Amino acid sequence: MTVEKNSQRILSYTRDVMAGYPREQRFTLAMLQDIQKKYKYIPRESLEQLSDHLGVPLSKLYSIATFYKALSLQPKGDHVIRVCDGTACHIRSSMVIVDELAKILMIKPGETTSDGKFSLETVNCLGSCAMAPAMVIDETYYGKVTPSRTREILNEYGGVDCE
Amino acid sequence: MSESNRPKRTILVCCGTGCLANHSLKIYHKLKELITKAGVDVAVETYIKTTGCNGLCEKGPIVKITPDDIAYFKVKESDVEEIFEKTILQGEVINRLLYLDSVTGKRFKSHKENDFYKRQMKIALRNIGEIDPADIFDYIERGGYESLKKALFTMTPESIIEEVVKSGLRGRGGAGFPTGRKWKQCAGYNNYPKYVLCNGDEGDPGAFMDRSIMEGDPHSIIEGMAICAYALGSNTGFAYIRDEYALAVKNMSNAINKAKEAKFLGENILGSGFNFDIQIVRGGGAFVCGESTALMSSIEGKVGEPRAKYIRSVEKGLWGQPTVLNNVETWANIPVIIEKGGEWYSGIGAPKSTGTKVFSLVGKIRNTGLVEVPMGIALRELIFDIGGGITAGRKFKAVQTGGPSGGCIPESLLDLNVDFDSLTKAGSMMGSGGMIVMDERTCMVDVARYYLNFLAEESCGKCLPCREGIKRMLEILNSICAGKGLAGDIELLQEICATVSEASLCALGKSAPNPVVTTIHYFEDEYLAHIRDKRCPAGVCKELTTYYIDPENCKGCGLCLKNCPAGAVSGQPKSWHSIDQKLCIKCGNCIDNCKFHAVKIR
Ligand SMILES: Cc1cc2nc3c(=O)[nH]c(=O)nc-3n(C[C@H](O)[C@H](O)[C@H](O)COP(=O)(O)O)c2cc1C
Ligand code: SF4
Ligand code: SF4
Ligand code: FES
Ligand code: FES
Repeated sequence: MTVEKNSQRILSYTRDVMAGYPREQRFTLAMLQDIQKKYKYIPRESLEQLSDHLGVPLSKLYSIATFYKALSLQPKGDHVIRVCDGTACHIRSSMVIVDELAKILMIKPGETTSDGKFSLETVNCLGSCAMAPAMVIDETYYGKVTPSRTREILNEYGGVDCE
Repeated sequence: MSESNRPKRTILVCCGTGCLANHSLKIYHKLKELITKAGVDVAVETYIKTTGCNGLCEKGPIVKITPDDIAYFKVKESDVEEIFEKTILQGEVINRLLYLDSVTGKRFKSHKENDFYKRQMKIALRNIGEIDPADIFDYIERGGYESLKKALFTMTPESIIEEVVKSGLRGRGGAGFPTGRKWKQCAGYNNYPKYVLCNGDEGDPGAFMDRSIMEGDPHSIIEGMAICAYALGSNTGFAYIRDEYALAVKNMSNAINKAKEAKFLGENILGSGFNFDIQIVRGGGAFVCGESTALMSSIEGKVGEPRAKYIRSVEKGLWGQPTVLNNVETWANIPVIIEKGGEWYSGIGAPKSTGTKVFSLVGKIRNTGLVEVPMGIALRELIFDIGGGITAGRKFKAVQTGGPSGGCIPESLLDLNVDFDSLTKAGSMMGSGGMIVMDERTCMVDVARYYLNFLAEESCGKCLPCREGIKRMLEILNSICAGKGLAGDIELLQEICATVSEASLCALGKSAPNPVVTTIHYFEDEYLAHIRDKRCPAGVCKELTTYYIDPENCKGCGLCLKNCPAGAVSGQPKSWHSIDQKLCIKCGNCIDNCKFHAVKIR
């Protein structure tokens, strides 16, 4: 089907998002965030549509989308794993967790598994430093993560097929 | 059923992020179910509430019961029935769930008696953990919005600003600029509209006090902003909140709506004729957006880049209009200052750093969490008496304060008083109050590298010295950590540091060298060990570290084997274990788990 249908759906969702805000440049970021939340990235169609709607050049929207870390121009996997590498987590060996996940998933931070199931990211502080090292998968927080627990946690999300 | 004459009891279940991650919501629901089921049969009328973070997430989930003043720690779902049967139905205390002082072995019924809480003084955090942030009446019951009334009906704008000046309050977001002076300057411009902004961007990794206040007591921020707005004649406020803080965004929005319904915000506040409204703007997750001018540019819908500050925001800020920007914690202090007076507030803390400050104690410290103490407290008291010292009986090495722009303070300075000026003198700064405690297993070169890596990603790239200088320093530190450091690297780093701090536009660039400067200053030995001896004494830099097990100390307990994720440890129970270097991924799990100090670093 589906490329076309999908694109239709994106356009219609973007229209809904735009309708939720006054037509002013200052709501650009808020609109982009809503789209990001829904699709886990900003599709090109949405950017073009927003550019028309707000009268902001596409290049400017691109620079906003690349400047803000929470926005992504690349599609993400079904589950987004964000491992905290904030200071508190870093000195409690968060990089060991990242390395272990990278090994299990066979991807580097910033990448998505080939089956589209998991994306792996590092972030600077989840605000849960008391439970360092911390990570969050989609919306669920995990504290005091150890390398040996990572596989167990992944299994809650159906685990890794390959290997 | 509140018309009944039964005595009342309230159960407060901590639902801050820390406790939520440990399933406190399940505890809440299960307790609620039991209470509802028992209904009027219970002799005491029982209410149940969720609260914001109690500060000691390390020992969460926390369940408190009032007015009995009982606090249970590390509560599990399986404890719920017992709590209901014994404590709620029979008023009995369950000893096993009380706070345990690991040194004396004593248990405390009230949370206020243990060392972690006893030495604290709560002003900014006054309500957190005691109220349901979703219920405006909880806030009002504890005196909330009384200060707004006092300001609106009994004070002039000038006298409000005068109280804040008198209090000596300095901004809690980093720079420590006197809040009253900022308001006074802004009030001096006869140019409207004016804007009142709240900085809830909290970009400093390792600090989470602003999150805790926005989640746990949003009305204290709203009330503070409304008081300021009245003093300045501003009708519009914005709260800029990190988008990642979903619960903070939710609780703040909800609180703003509730405040409007109750006429504390909106048109004609409490019939005074004064209008003020607050809108929420979600931040895009860039550290530099916490900087005042970048934040304003971000609210305007542009890329969040700082601008030169020869024009001050109090004169030309948001959309070129007079603007006051304060940090979340700063705002939360305002209602108390108006209530009790500036003079009262200035009597707390240290002479030039008045009041209290919230710190997040994190890293290798036993009681990780949020604490609020009077300014001027000795670092030692904060880390050892309140924080309980270092985990696993290791040795303290340093504490990092001030976030990525701050510095590391060594053991020799543990008697330092924590206030704005003393920290700056030691080469660090107050910053937002993150205190990252480091022990002998923390590599100081890696810490410097960590911050530069952070800043390299977060520099907006506008200034060449910031962008290129940080990148070059990071390359040097990467090579030192990889064992490729050269003689002369330290001097080279110091040279670049000087250029970057001189020639950058905003404070991000200006203070970026701080972590490098302070680690070289206080821990040059560790740099030399990396560069000259190709060793990482802390066992962190993988290329420079080999772990081995010393047969002298090894008791064959097998803990290292059990915790090794790589299958690199072998050995029979009760006999010497050994590490296969080819399999070892150098994660350090074995050394962190061995109780006999048998795992060593070469
Ligand atoms: C790079 C950079 C990041 C900053 N991030 C924050 C932040 O996350 N939160 C904050 O309140 N202040 C932050 N500040 C400080 C603000 O610029 C500003 O001084 C502060 O919000 C003013 O409020 P205060 O006087 O109440 O502290 C940052 C400053 C810089 C240079
Ligand atoms: S100092 Fe760095 S972060 Fe600040 S404006 Fe210049 S390049 Fe951007
Ligand atoms: S450092 Fe990690 S991988 Fe190496 S032996 Fe110890 S536990 Fe195993
Ligand atoms: S540093 Fe990881 S949660 Fe704060
Ligand atoms: S979240 Fe419960 S104590 Fe911090």
